[in-house]
Amino acid sequence: MFDKLLKIDRRIIFIFVALALIVPMFLTITQHISVSPEVQIIYDTLKGLQPGSKVLMAFDYDPPSAPELQPMAVAILKYCFKNNLKVYIIGLWPQGPMQANMAIDNVISDPTFKDNPPIYDKDYVNLGFMSGNELVIQGMGSSFLHTFPRDYLGKPTHQLEMMKGVNNFSNIDFIVNLSAGYPGTVEWVLFAVDRFHAKLAAGNTAVQAPQVYPYVHAGQLSGLAGGLKGAAELEKLVGFYGKGTKFMLSQSFAHMIVIVFIIVGNAAYFITRKK
Amino acid sequence: MRREIPLIITAIVGFTYIIQFFVPHWPFNILEGLLTSWMLIIFAFAIWLGALNLLKVSLDKISKRSRDWPYAIITIAGFLMIAIPGFLFSGGRRFQDPGTAFDYIYQNVYSPLSSTMFAMLAFYVASASYRAFRARTKEATLLLLAAFFVMLGRVPIGDVLSSFLPEGYRMSQMADWIMNYPQTAGQRAIMIGIALGIVSTSLRLILGIERSHLGGE
Amino acid sequence: MRFQPIGKTLTCNGIARFTFKGIGLGIARDSSIIRFAPVLSFLILAIFQIIPSQAAIPEDPAFGYPAPPANVVAKDIPNDAGKSIIINWDLSPDDIKENKKFIGYEILRSTSSDTGFVIIGSATAGSSQLSDNETVDGVFYYYIVRAVMGSMFSESPPAGPAASSQQWFHLGRINTLIALLVISISIVWYIERAKKGEKLFIRKIAGLEAVDEAVGRATEMGKKIFYVPGTQDMDNVQTIAGVTILGRVARLTAQYETPLEVPVSRSLVMVTAREVVKEAYLNSGRPDAYSDSMVYYLTDDQFGYAAGIEGLFVREKPATVFYMGAFYAESLILAETGNSVGAIQIAGTAMPAQLPFFIAACDYTLIGEELFAASAYLSKEPKLLGSLKGQDFGKLCILLAIMLGVIIQTSGLYDFTKLFIVR
Repeated sequence: MFDKLLKIDRRIIFIFVALALIVPMFLTITQHISVSPEVQIIYDTLKGLQPGSKVLMAFDYDPPSAPELQPMAVAILKYCFKNNLKVYIIGLWPQGPMQANMAIDNVISDPTFKDNPPIYDKDYVNLGFMSGNELVIQGMGSSFLHTFPRDYLGKPTHQLEMMKGVNNFSNIDFIVNLSAGYPGTVEWVLFAVDRFHAKLAAGNTAVQAPQVYPYVHAGQLSGLAGGLKGAAELEKLVGFYGKGTKFMLSQSFAHMIVIVFIIVGNAAYFITRKK
Repeated sequence: MRREIPLIITAIVGFTYIIQFFVPHWPFNILEGLLTSWMLIIFAFAIWLGALNLLKVSLDKISKRSRDWPYAIITIAGFLMIAIPGFLFSGGRRFQDPGTAFDYIYQNVYSPLSSTMFAMLAFYVASASYRAFRARTKEATLLLLAAFFVMLGRVPIGDVLSSFLPEGYRMSQMADWIMNYPQTAGQRAIMIGIALGIVSTSLRLILGIERSHLGGE
Repeated sequence: MRFQPIGKTLTCNGIARFTFKGIGLGIARDSSIIRFAPVLSFLILAIFQIIPSQAAIPEDPAFGYPAPPANVVAKDIPNDAGKSIIINWDLSPDDIKENKKFIGYEILRSTSSDTGFVIIGSATAGSSQLSDNETVDGVFYYYIVRAVMGSMFSESPPAGPAASSQQWFHLGRINTLIALLVISISIVWYIERAKKGEKLFIRKIAGLEAVDEAVGRATEMGKKIFYVPGTQDMDNVQTIAGVTILGRVARLTAQYETPLEVPVSRSLVMVTAREVVKEAYLNSGRPDAYSDSMVYYLTDDQFGYAAGIEGLFVREKPATVFYMGAFYAESLILAETGNSVGAIQIAGTAMPAQLPFFIAACDYTLIGEELFAASAYLSKEPKLLGSLKGQDFGKLCILLAIMLGVIIQTSGLYDFTKLFIVR
C-alpha cells in the first residue's frame, strides 16, 4: 500500500489541489494577514509622498500573471487616487497598458470613487507600450517625451497636461514596477535605480520574487510584494480589500494540501525504506 | 568567409557595446540605441520566417497524412483565426484598440488560454513537490523543512497554527527570515556565478574562441 | 540711499524683475496685483529705496507667501553625453508635509542672469532636484527655483551660470572597467596557457556526464530526443549557450542515429539551430540523416510554446529531453510533462527563479554558470577550458572582495560598498 502511495497517480493530487482551490472561493472565513517588512516599506514610501507627487507605474505583465499582479495594481492605484498622487502608466510588455486600463476600470467601479472618479490627464495618464525592453527605461532617463511620443490613445504626449514639467526620472517621485519576467524588475533596478537613481518598488509573481530579494537588502528596491500574499498585504495596508485577500483562503488551503501530501509521501518513504 | 563575416560582425558589435558603456561622448552614446533598433527590426522581420515555417511544416503534415496530422489542421486554423481578423477586420494599425475583432479574440480566446496554461503551474508544483520533497539526505531534509516553513508562512493559516509561539517565531516571520537570509544568500551566490559565466561566454564569443553556435567547431 | 540687493527675485507678469537679497516676498499669480505690475514695481522699488540696506522683511505667513528655496546650485551633469544640467536646491522652509497649501517648485531658465526667464520644468513638494535635458552644450544658463504655495510664489536668486558638456570617459564606471579588465585579462591569460598545453582541471558536472547516457537510452529505446533551447532569442547568452550544447548533442544523435527534434520559439533560433545541427550531422559523416524538419518553429508566445511542447511530449513520449537556455514560468510545465511521460531529463538554465523547478522535476540540472561551462566541458577544447579557469579567477577576486568588505565594513573603518557603486 505504501509503495502505491509513493507512486501515486499525479491526477489524484491534482483533484485534491483543485478542490482546495475551488471550495474556499465559496467560503467566507476571515483571515488575519500579517504584513511582511518588504511590503510595509512600499506602503511607508507611498505614505511619505505628498499630494500631487508623481508615481510611475510600469505594467510589465500579461493576462496569465494577472491573478497575482492585478490586485496589487488595483490596490496601489486606489491608494494613489485617494491621496491625490498623479499616476503615469507605461508598459514594457505589449499587454501591460491593457492590464492597466482594466485596473483603472476596477477603480472606477469602486463605490469609494463614485463621486470622484479618476480623470484621464488629471489623475493619470497611460503612455502605452513601447518596444525596446531595457532601452526604453534608458531612454526615459533622458526624456519621457522622446521615448513615448504618443500616449495610449494616440495623443501627442507633449500636449498632455500631466506631462508638463515631466522630463525624466528626476521628476518622478516613486516608481512601482509590476513584473512577471523579462523585461521587469531586474531591468528597472539596473537602469532606473542604478543609473538614474530613481526610487523603485516592485510587485512580482511569487515565482519571480525570490530572484529580486537581494535588491531589497542592497537598498536598490524600496519594497517588494511577492505573489498573491504580497497583493493581500498591500490591500490590507491601503484599506481596499480585493481579490488578493479573497483568494488567500484558496491559497491557504492549497498550501495545506501540498504539505499534507508531502507528509504522506515522506511517511510512506520511511515505512517502505524500513521494510 | 562564411564563418569569418559573422565573427567579425560579432567582434565589432561586441566591442562597440563595451566601449559605449564607458564613453558617453557622441557618437558612442547613440550606438547602443542604433544597434538595438537594428536588432529589433531584424527580429520583427524574422517573425515571418517562423510563421511561414509553421505553415509549411503543418501543411506538409496534412498533405503527407503524417502521424497526428489533424493537429496540424487545428494549428493552421488557429493561425488564420487570429491573423485574418487582425490584418483585415481590426482597423489597420489600431488593431489593438478596444472593440476591434483582434481585441475580442485577445480578450476572449488568447487571455483565457494563456491564463489556463499558467494556472496549471499550481497543479504541477503540487505533484513536483510531492516527488521532490523527500527527506532522503540531510540536505534534502533541510530543503524540506525550509519548504514547510515558507509554504505555511506565506499563507495566513500559518500564523493561526503557530499563534502559540512567541512573536518573532511565528510561521510568517520564519518564512520571512528564510526568504531574507538563507534564500537571498543562495540567490546572490548563483547570480555572481551567472554574471561571471556571462562575461566569460561573451568574451569567448567576441574574441571568436566560441564559434559552435555558428555551426563550427 | 543706495539700493543694495540682498537676495531675492521678484517677478511680476514677466515685466519687471528685481533682485533683493534676503527679502522674502511673493506675488499672487492670478491676482489683480499682476495687472498693476508696473505701477506696483515702482511702488515696491520706492519702498526698498528707503529701507536701510541691511534690513530684511521677515517672511510673514499671513501674506501666504512661501519662503523661497535656498542654496540653488546649477551644474553640468558629469559623465554624460551633454545637453543636461542638474539643478539642486534646499527645500523651502514651508515645504513640510503638514502644509497642504504648498504645491511644489517651478524651475525657470534664462541665458541672462536678470531677464528672459521661462519655466522649463516643475518638481513636486519634497523634491530638491531637477535635471534640465534641453540645453545646448557650451551655452551658459541661469536658473531660478520658484516655491509655489497656493496661488503665491517666491523665487530664489538666479543660480549659475552653468553650461552642459559631454565627456569622453565615464568616471563613475572606473570600477567596472577595472573589474572587466581583471576578468578579461585573466581569461585571456589562462586561454594562452591552455594553448601552450598546460593541463587544466575541470570538476565533474553530473548533468553533462549524463549526456551520453541520455542519448544512449533514447537509442536503445528507439524513441525520440527533444531538445528545447529556451524561450528567448539569440540576443540572450543563455540561448547561445543552449544552441552550442545542441551542437554536441546533435553530433551524438548523428552517430547513434537517434531521432532528434528541436521545437523552438524564435525564428532566429530556428535558423541558427538548423545550421548547428546540420553542421554536426555533416561532421559526423551523416549529412543524409539531417533534415530541416528536425528543427521547427512553434510560436513566440510563452504559453503557446509550452502547450505545443506539452502536446508533443504526450504524443511522442520521448525517451530523453534536454532543456538548455533561458526559461520562465513554462519551465515546470515542460519538465513535469516530460517527467510524466517517463523521459530522462537534463536541464540547464541561468534563470535563478526557475532552477528549483528544474531540480525538482528533472534528473540532472546545470545550475547557472554550469550552463555556460557546458560547451567547454563537452568539447574539452583547451581554449574554452582556459576561459573557465579565468572565470574562476574572477570568482576568487569576488570572494576576496566579499571577505575584505565584511571585515572593513563591520569594523567601521571605511564604507567599502562605495567602491562598488556603478553610476
